[in-house]
Amino acid sequence: MFNIERWQEIFDTIRKNKLRTFLTGLSVASGIFILVVLLGFGQGMTNGVAKEFEQDATNRIAVWTGVTTVEYKGLNPGRFIELKNEDYDLLIKKYEDDIEFKSSVFRIWNGIATYKNESGNYRVEGVYPDYQFIENASLSAGRFLNYDDHNGNEKVIVIGHKVYRDLFGKKEAIGEQVQISGINFKVVGVFTDPGGEREESKVFLPLSTSQRVFAGGNTIRNLGFTLKPQRTFQQAVRQSIIFTNEIQSFLQERHIVAPEDESAIDTWNSLEEAKRYYDLMDMIKLFFWVVGICTIVAGVVGVSNIMLIIVKERTKEIGIRKAIGAQPWSIIGMILHESIFVTAIAGFLGLIFSMALLEVVGPNVEIDYIVNPSVNFNVALTTVIVLIVAGALAGFFPAWRAARIKPIDALRDE
Amino acid sequence: MNFTKESGKPRYFVIELIKMIEIKDLHKSYVMGENSLHVLKGIDFTVKEGELVAIMGSSGSGKSTLLNILGMLDEADKGSYYLDGKPIKNLSEKIAARYRNKFLGFVFQSFNLITYKSALENVAMPLYYQGMKRNERNKKAMRYLEKVGLADWATHLPNELSGGQNQRVAIARALASEPKVLLADEPTGALDSTTSYEVMRIIQSINDEGKTILIVTHEDDIAHMCKRIVNLRDGVIIKDSKINQVRTKSATHV
Ligand SMILES: Nc1ncnc2c1ncn2[C@@H]1O[C@H](COP(=O)(O)OP(=O)(O)O)[C@@H](O)[C@H]1O
Ligand SMILES: [Mg+2]
Repeated sequence: MFNIERWQEIFDTIRKNKLRTFLTGLSVASGIFILVVLLGFGQGMTNGVAKEFEQDATNRIAVWTGVTTVEYKGLNPGRFIELKNEDYDLLIKKYEDDIEFKSSVFRIWNGIATYKNESGNYRVEGVYPDYQFIENASLSAGRFLNYDDHNGNEKVIVIGHKVYRDLFGKKEAIGEQVQISGINFKVVGVFTDPGGEREESKVFLPLSTSQRVFAGGNTIRNLGFTLKPQRTFQQAVRQSIIFTNEIQSFLQERHIVAPEDESAIDTWNSLEEAKRYYDLMDMIKLFFWVVGICTIVAGVVGVSNIMLIIVKERTKEIGIRKAIGAQPWSIIGMILHESIFVTAIAGFLGLIFSMALLEVVGPNVEIDYIVNPSVNFNVALTTVIVLIVAGALAGFFPAWRAARIKPIDALRDE
Repeated sequence: MNFTKESGKPRYFVIELIKMIEIKDLHKSYVMGENSLHVLKGIDFTVKEGELVAIMGSSGSGKSTLLNILGMLDEADKGSYYLDGKPIKNLSEKIAARYRNKFLGFVFQSFNLITYKSALENVAMPLYYQGMKRNERNKKAMRYLEKVGLADWATHLPNELSGGQNQRVAIARALASEPKVLLADEPTGALDSTTSYEVMRIIQSINDEGKTILIVTHEDDIAHMCKRIVNLRDGVIIKDSKINQVRTKSATHV
């Protein structure tokens, strides 16, 4: 390998067989390129799914109501089921030991928020202080709602970051008065949410205030809970499924709803969904690995093919070299040396180029479910090495054969 | 004690001339599936140092087969072969390669130059395999190109040269490693008569310097420019005789 004469001979050969070198290099480089980009997007998809999922607390359980669709105990379908504060109070008492965070939600329809000349239509909800954790929101300014706000029916709101940007631009928002459907509220906090803009287009106010000011009486739209952590993910999933089913039955019984009537009292269990997500993520990962491995296999086959063709093409040359006294090993060495050199350079070029692309484009990708595609450098490096070794192996056997046969047989090759 | 006639003056040599090539009872068959073609059926002959031998015979008589075996490009099935006193039998690939490189120079009818290398690089190839440094081997290759009158064409690729020029490059390549024996299989077969004579003139001048040369040809005039003619037919030597060499006119270098 450190024989300078050999290097010169290789460079001469490469310089004088530019097309062959270019085509070999191109196929290796593009193989690596495709693989890296592919794995990058696989990772991007995994990231995207993970992000989608961060928008709420991972173990959130939600309950909401609708219209009955089945006749039950002599009651006609088409009844609207309305949850009451009582339902909430009974539930949190019953499951005191299991519940970590809890809130009921009163939704104000057509919540138009106005500040000076700016206004916008947002999702406005009356909630309990715990709701911050159920939403997985964090404060970027001020504070979230607290129990004093609740007990005092304070006219205060916490706004999402999107709302803040729309109404205030870059100005200070804390302490300012914002009108919600014409009624003044004082902004006490601004929150961000990993779920992004959609989750940050919300306005929260104390539940009690919302019911009183917007004529809600004691009705609530939905319920949100998280459960205390369990030791394992499996246990957590099992417990949350049991809990979800129990509260559903409890409410169905109280409101006289058929057990199978999903549209009257519906539930959402993040953890159960989480499990699905995790399974999906595993599937995505598996899929990209399978595709990746297929790509590598295709690359290996491609490189091997090229090497076979190159050796075939050079059989006569090998015969000539043998006739003038080339040692068999010098012929094998020459072919392998060239092959390894070309695949290595091309492989690394493909690697650098694709990594650069991911590096530049990756952070700017803003498609749902694809976030920051990136690739594990070691995986990419391993691939390059696999291709180099494959090229070398694929070149070795025909080269070895060509170097062994009688010079006259090699010369006869056309 | 040997006696030769040169320029009409008798001279006496006191040393025995070295036997460069000595073969005995050489056999070779080509096996193709079921059939076997017995091409060489027991060849015996000896070539001494400094000889210029033409091997003649009709097409298919086994001339090339014989020369390939002598050039170690192919192997005989049976019989013995001594090259400069060394037995050529069951050699390892390594040794065989070294012998080809050091002892033998081969010239083919179809030149067999490496197409992507210049004339100079082609001539320098055997020296590369001798492990000679680049500068040194280029210098030496240049000397041999001058010898065949192609110094000005050193950087040209084979496809930029005429057939005669290519054959002269091939001869320069065969000579560059200073082999003991030069073997040429129909070196003029692909050339017209003028260029053929030019090539033969070079071969004669190399022989004048003492190189042992064997040429395969089926052309009478070419054969008569040698000093000895061996006739092959049906795989055996039917005639082997010394002749009066016809000298080529010393043409001017192209
Ligand atoms: N590789 C081969 N396989 C089979 N038959 C061959 C091979 N080479 C030569 N022959 C046959 O051997 C005979 C002698 O060939 P060759 O030595 O090339 O003759 P020449 O050179 O005198 O024309 C011919 O009949 C030819 O067809
Ligand atoms: Mg022939």
